[in-house]
Amino acid sequence: MNHLAIMPALIPMVTGSLLLFTGRAGKTAERTISLAGTAALLPTAILLLVQVAAGDHVVYYNGNWPAPYGILLVVDRLSALMLLLNACLALPSLLYAITGDDRLGPRFHILFQMQLLGINGAFITGDLFNLFVFFEILLIASYALQLHGGGTARVRAALHVVVLNLIGSAVFLIAIGAIYAATGTLNLADLADKVAASGAERAGLLRTGGFLLLAVFALKAALIPLGFWLPSAYSAASAPAAALFAIMTKVGVYAILRVHGLVFGPDAGPVASLITPWLLPVGLATVFLATIGVLASRDLRRLLAHLVVLSAGTLILVLGLDSEAATSAALYYLLNSTLVGGGLFLLAGLIARERGEAGALLDREQSVTRPVLLGTLFFVGTVGVAGLPPLAGFTAKIYILQNAFVHPAGAWVFALLLGSGLLVLLALSRAGSAIFWRTGNLLPTGEGSKPLQAIATALLLSGTAILVVGGGAATSYTRATAAQLADHGAYVDAVMLNRSIAPSVHRKGGS
Amino acid sequence: MEALVSILIGTMTASAVYLLLRSHTFPVILGLSLLGYAVNIFLFASGRLHLDSAPLVEHGLKQLPDPLPQALVLTAIVIGFGMTAFLVVLALRALGEFGSDRVDGGEQK
Repeated sequence: MNHLAIMPALIPMVTGSLLLFTGRAGKTAERTISLAGTAALLPTAILLLVQVAAGDHVVYYNGNWPAPYGILLVVDRLSALMLLLNACLALPSLLYAITGDDRLGPRFHILFQMQLLGINGAFITGDLFNLFVFFEILLIASYALQLHGGGTARVRAALHVVVLNLIGSAVFLIAIGAIYAATGTLNLADLADKVAASGAERAGLLRTGGFLLLAVFALKAALIPLGFWLPSAYSAASAPAAALFAIMTKVGVYAILRVHGLVFGPDAGPVASLITPWLLPVGLATVFLATIGVLASRDLRRLLAHLVVLSAGTLILVLGLDSEAATSAALYYLLNSTLVGGGLFLLAGLIARERGEAGALLDREQSVTRPVLLGTLFFVGTVGVAGLPPLAGFTAKIYILQNAFVHPAGAWVFALLLGSGLLVLLALSRAGSAIFWRTGNLLPTGEGSKPLQAIATALLLSGTAILVVGGGAATSYTRATAAQLADHGAYVDAVMLNRSIAPSVHRKGGS
Repeated sequence: MEALVSILIGTMTASAVYLLLRSHTFPVILGLSLLGYAVNIFLFASGRLHLDSAPLVEHGLKQLPDPLPQALVLTAIVIGFGMTAFLVVLALRALGEFGSDRVDGGEQK
């Protein structure tokens, strides 16, 4: 068996466990181990990407139990892409953190690794209950990372996040129970088979389960009306934690793409395309409200948090266009928005550090120590996130709009995306002028930034340029990914090698 | 028995939702625990309810219970326990930070 598939979960788990014992060995040892573990994720993700690029599924049967009995991991093009994205986001975030932000509170590195374990696990699992477990791992680590550094704002935001997500977990379990009661399996590939073959008498339970799952994933992805917790939480979090959180909403979008695409897809019998009609309106509403949020923000970090919501809304909206080409466009947009979003959070941290007491507030006047460097980074980030040429935000937006042309609701998508792009640009230029130009000649009082922090920020922001230069390779990969996602049979066939020994008919209910 | 179990789950969920909507942290934590119990029984029932069947395996008995929901419930209990413990500590921390036990950090009434 190919053991590479479990490595994205195993490496952070081992690194995190090692860190439990090296806490007293000093911060250099701690940072080295954490950095080594995170850096190891990058070649792992690249190797996996190379293995699956031709269209294979790498299936890892834990304990060698045949499907559908054991819990298994599946890496396909989409999983490998998300793993690579996570590694590319985590490494600069950690580089930023080891210059000092990791000492704001205890055990930052262990929590960081556990968060990586949860995120990577969610991307590779092929089992619905296992997805729940990985979600819980990434959530409990994120609660603690959210609190990293302490302070009233963080505690208040964390309290709301924890309560909301605990309710979300309960709903997730109810959905799992309903789906299990209807099908007798939780293996995603087996579920796809069973749901497609199920009769109308089980449609009620399946529909309930499917919509409850959508609610849970929408809570993670911060979609309207379940996303109001995000701006306070992300704007209060410390910079490296917030940068890593940029991928958390995308985990929700990934789960919708994976679970609803595979189990409740167009050939899912009585529940075919269950949630597809909901995605477009939900996405439009999310983009609309997030744009207002961006305009209304008086703090750069809150503005960026609203941009995270906006990118999640855009993704859902594009998935709602419901075509293979649109999925490909969504994936390309996802890569760009995650990297730039993370980079901008690091940049906001830098700005707050240099300015001092004005922090990242936009209505306070204070200059930064190195306006040219930070201004340039801010300019690149703005161009990347608002969708201006020549960076990848622009190509992603063009790609999306091309697909919106052929859709009946295309006019709405056009109006909203272009309008929101203009307003985001307006808000960001206002924020930039407030921070870099309207300084009121007040000197910076902050502790100043370190070169490594600027390098980490630049690394993340350079993602948007790399995505434009390597645009051909990136889009041909996302196109292949979208084609693979549409081909449910291949996924099921790859997982269910031993289909003959699986029970073909679900037992009738007892009394 | 189905009616009894559904009424039980429904009552617990309704009480949990009422408690979750309270403005202080302690009732919210109780509500979350109660919701956890309701969810666990629901999960348990998703493997169907049986009378007079073997606990796990018994020779000669045709009707055997489904072990998977039991495993799921066990995992859910452990995770719920850990999360509740975290929330209790967080609520105490919030009490220290805000000087009140209100969920929104407002004034004590």
